[in-house]
Amino acid sequence: MVVGKKINRVDAVTKADGTAKYTEDLLDDKCLVAKVLHSTIANGKVLSFDLEEAKKVPGVVKIITSFDVPDIQYPTAGHPWSTEKAHQDVCDRKLLNTRVRFYGDEIAAVIADDEIAADHARDLIKVEYEEYPAIFDMEESVNNPGDVPIHEEKPNNVIVKSNYEVLDYDEAVKEPGLIKVTGVYETQKVQQCHIENASSFAYKEAGKVVVVSATQIPHIVRRVCSQALGCDMGKVRIIKPYLGGGFGNRQDALTEPLNAFLTLQVGGRPVKLMYTREETFFGTRSRHAMKFYITSYVRPNGTFAAREIVAYSDNGAYGSHAHALVANAVNAFRMMYPVGAIKGVAYTVYTNNPTAGAMRAYGIPQIGFALEAHVDDIIAKLPNDDAISFRKKNMMQLGYVDPGTTITCHSTGLSECIDKGREAIGWDEKIEKYKNQTGDVRHGVGMGIFCYKTGVYPIALETSACRMILNQDGSIQLQVGATEIGQGADTVFSQMAAETLSIPFENVHILSQQDTDVTPYDTGAYGSRQTYVTGMAVRKTAESLKNKICDYAAWMLNKDRIDLDLVDNHIVRVGTNDVLISLKEVAMEACYSRTNSNHIAAEETHHCSDNTYSFGVCFADIEVDIPLCQIKVNRIINVHDSGTIINPQTAEGQVHGGMSMGLGYGLLEKMLFDPKTGRMLNSNLLDYKLMTAIDTPDLEVAFVEPKDPSGPYGNKSLGEPPVIPVAPALRNAVYNATGVAIDSIPLNPEKLFQEFTDAGLIK
Amino acid sequence: MYDFNNIYQPKTIEEALKMKSEHPEALILAGGSDILIQVRDGKLAGCDVINIQPLNELRGICVEDNGSILIRPLTSFSHITKNPIIEKFLPALGFAVDQIGGPQIRNIGTIGGNICNGVTSADSASTLKAYDAVLEIASVDGIRLLPYADFSKGPGKVDLKGNEILTGIRVPKESYENTYGEYMKYSVRRAMDIATLGCSVNVRLTDDKKSIDRVRIAYGVAGPTPMRVPTAEKLGNGKVITEQLITDIAEAALTDVKPRTSWRASKEFRMQLIKELCKRSLRTSIKKAGGTI
Amino acid sequence: MAKQLITVTINNKLTELYVDPRESLADMLRNDLKLTSVKHGCDVGECGACTVVIDGENFDSCIYLAIWADGKSITTVEGLASLEGELADIQQAFVDDGAIQCGFCTPGFIMSTLPLLNVEEDLSREEIKKQVSGNFCRCTGYTNIINAIEHTREKIKNDRDSDK
Repeated sequence: MVVGKKINRVDAVTKADGTAKYTEDLLDDKCLVAKVLHSTIANGKVLSFDLEEAKKVPGVVKIITSFDVPDIQYPTAGHPWSTEKAHQDVCDRKLLNTRVRFYGDEIAAVIADDEIAADHARDLIKVEYEEYPAIFDMEESVNNPGDVPIHEEKPNNVIVKSNYEVLDYDEAVKEPGLIKVTGVYETQKVQQCHIENASSFAYKEAGKVVVVSATQIPHIVRRVCSQALGCDMGKVRIIKPYLGGGFGNRQDALTEPLNAFLTLQVGGRPVKLMYTREETFFGTRSRHAMKFYITSYVRPNGTFAAREIVAYSDNGAYGSHAHALVANAVNAFRMMYPVGAIKGVAYTVYTNNPTAGAMRAYGIPQIGFALEAHVDDIIAKLPNDDAISFRKKNMMQLGYVDPGTTITCHSTGLSECIDKGREAIGWDEKIEKYKNQTGDVRHGVGMGIFCYKTGVYPIALETSACRMILNQDGSIQLQVGATEIGQGADTVFSQMAAETLSIPFENVHILSQQDTDVTPYDTGAYGSRQTYVTGMAVRKTAESLKNKICDYAAWMLNKDRIDLDLVDNHIVRVGTNDVLISLKEVAMEACYSRTNSNHIAAEETHHCSDNTYSFGVCFADIEVDIPLCQIKVNRIINVHDSGTIINPQTAEGQVHGGMSMGLGYGLLEKMLFDPKTGRMLNSNLLDYKLMTAIDTPDLEVAFVEPKDPSGPYGNKSLGEPPVIPVAPALRNAVYNATGVAIDSIPLNPEKLFQEFTDAGLIK
Repeated sequence: MYDFNNIYQPKTIEEALKMKSEHPEALILAGGSDILIQVRDGKLAGCDVINIQPLNELRGICVEDNGSILIRPLTSFSHITKNPIIEKFLPALGFAVDQIGGPQIRNIGTIGGNICNGVTSADSASTLKAYDAVLEIASVDGIRLLPYADFSKGPGKVDLKGNEILTGIRVPKESYENTYGEYMKYSVRRAMDIATLGCSVNVRLTDDKKSIDRVRIAYGVAGPTPMRVPTAEKLGNGKVITEQLITDIAEAALTDVKPRTSWRASKEFRMQLIKELCKRSLRTSIKKAGGTI
Repeated sequence: MAKQLITVTINNKLTELYVDPRESLADMLRNDLKLTSVKHGCDVGECGACTVVIDGENFDSCIYLAIWADGKSITTVEGLASLEGELADIQQAFVDDGAIQCGFCTPGFIMSTLPLLNVEEDLSREEIKKQVSGNFCRCTGYTNIINAIEHTREKIKNDRDSDK
């Protein structure tokens, strides 16, 4: 068995010895440098550029402004394209924009021989603007959109408003004896902060524009570039090398379309467009800030009778992934506790903030915080329930079919996850121990649970292709369009291929780089979809290759195909498992046979039309230093049901990473903006509070592994989910420790100071 | 590539002083962890610099004949922390500079740079203030000695003339002898962060360890420059140690400070920290000095 | 600006080269010597991805001028494996402990561990964390990185003890 085994990553050595090449490492020495001029107003339009001084800078090759780009509005979201117009992504930006919609909007670009010249010339460009009042608050944007909409296509600044209702909410609330609980919960805008900045370079070769880019979604970026440039898709080639983290930000076309355009303006000479850390902060994507109004009606026996949510999502200046995130959030509000009547309304709103897009768990960290905070607020009002009993009574059960999406719960280990975490953290003893505390430093425990679907079916297309080629030595080449972005995808695909083919893991050679001219189609790394969707493509392709190998062996051995199988790297007789010939011998003959050469390869598409839920829980044990407004996390554990774990080491790594991101989300991270201008204040790693090693507690992880019948190897989503339950667990632990229920994150010192002062804990 | 207009490269202190007098507008490039960043972000792009980084004469720590501790300005933070003289006589300073940034910054950043850039959040500044450090400032015209207390002239401004270079930082024996100190840095993260507030306290107790003979309290970020709190110190000097005294000193400190609200923290929160850090640093200092509360 | 000759030992090899006085050490290593393990992540000494070891101490090479390296000895991650390609203990521990994900921070992170590996006194987990807090990792949550450092220190200690 290779699936389920701890195996070192296939790319670990090349990353440890420094030979792994990332985008910038592949640069041509003669590459020209492009630098983008960003707007210094948040809302308005460019009236004119004065380029005279800038052009005089020695080394400047060309300056392109928003008046020079094609009059094409294109989408950037990393979604599979919909051939139905109604479901297509929002097309609302140009390569450079005359109509400026946030502080930092891309309005011009300088191409120069070197960085000093490019920077210098950019700083000398003079811009004349017509300025409009800027709107930074999402509710304000809806309630008071002003005379000039942010996008003329959406006069009231609402990109999409959606709603749903399960059962009759108005009827349900009439039930006598219900306890009403309301809350308003807010989550902040944060950034993905992959350590490799947004970066690409582009050149023209053989009539095609080639873009080398750190992207999660090479095939989608090819389509987006062709839309932005107004050219055929076949004229664009995207190459994705090793990539320094994505976390959803690179599930979007970022620098690629403009970079492709810029190289074409200088005759196809190589041009690099490497965003700085600052530009990556404000000029790429971020996690949507959201605000939720939740009302619940609960029976005294601790079950939901009815529940309502009104959600606002701040999409910022451009559409990007738009409504898909908050729609996901209000759906999860329904799915997590599918009990009673449920009603949801969601708004996705343009504002003059930098654009939000995909970030790890796509709307669910936001609702996860709100819902799990709300649940603890409910429990505080119930006489006979505690955090665990209430959740267990109301949470999703096996066989649940979601009325909105039809996604079915094919497996669940959530209850076991909770039991395991409860035991590990010592929940029952600590609840008892932490009662009735006084003093400056107080302890608390808290928890949060989540459910997460696996991939995007049926909301969008789920498809994946895989190719395998048999080498002469019996090893195989494995090619997928799905991308390795650090999560370990290449390693688990290799395990899956080895498993199904029954060959040694070492004999699977996966090509880690994607090149859209070569690689099979796949939509890319997002939605925690790859092990589930691409995994099935790998399995199907391995089965197909195995079949072809056995066909050839049957010819070679002059046996009936039906009697042969590939087991343990050998062709064996079915039934007896007698070894007939090694795979290597078959492979050599297939390649070099003078009478019947056959270059055995297989390629299959998996069109996925199923989905399932993964689950998990976080338990946190913290201490709060009230006068210093500081939280110290003493222990934190995530327990996950992601079905069969393909590789315990990479799986644990995903959970660690998600927990760390969840800790940052819950405690420290927040993008800050000047309230007057909309300029980002903390667009650097000193002022944006990413957690360092010493800020991060040791992370504990456990799994329960019910085999999911719909997953290719019993597996379901894992990449994104670990981030989800951490922030609410921390919030609920602060509540447990201090009695102060805080309804927004991050729980940073300034926030705690406000809350503790309001609660009278600080005088 | 850093956008310098000119980079002057002296081989000796004398050359450096000569260059500084010829190019008074040129900036002194020591560890670079402030200046290079500002060159990159454009604030200082196109500037002239005098690269004193290689001048090893300006590195090192020694005890002088009169017992003063002399720290040369290019000494890196990590070398200060690891230095046996500092460990023995001024551990609070070694600890303070060990709270700066991360290991890489502590290896490149210099104590001279930390105080010459004049920012209120400099982690070494409050401790040097609290120990009444004296600065040695040189020019082609000679050397002058200046109490560090008089060095700050406002946010980012210090008393250094165009032709001058800081060449030494001294802590007199009287200042550190029998004195025990504590620095508390409050920051959102425990590394790679600037202080929301810094508090450096040191005490000399009476022989019976029952009273405070001398207490000195200095803050970073409690005002536009690193500052002492004379009212609080005066209140503490000569008093019997009690928990009430500690609270009183901390309350008195509030009358001396003038923190402001910025997007990094509110004035109110900083006031809370001024009080709380003072109490905690005082308690620790007193305990280190052998006192009981 | 006129280039300047410097003499520097890089990964145990004495090298003479002309550098622009405005050039950072990171750019010199990446562009002039093709040591591309030295990564740009922020260019202001905040992320640690460009960390190299100079005369035994770790530095952010993005805020270190190339001319400062004159006369010094520099190690990058390319200099750690043996000539035959066998990984150094710390590199192997990163591989075995699952301390690598996207790998972008890995070379710089490994360089920051070097000054810790041969410290003979016991270092608490907390102290180790402090000494690598100048390197950000967004993928791993650090736990496995700290494990890898501890395991390597144990191995080095055992090797040292068995030599005695």
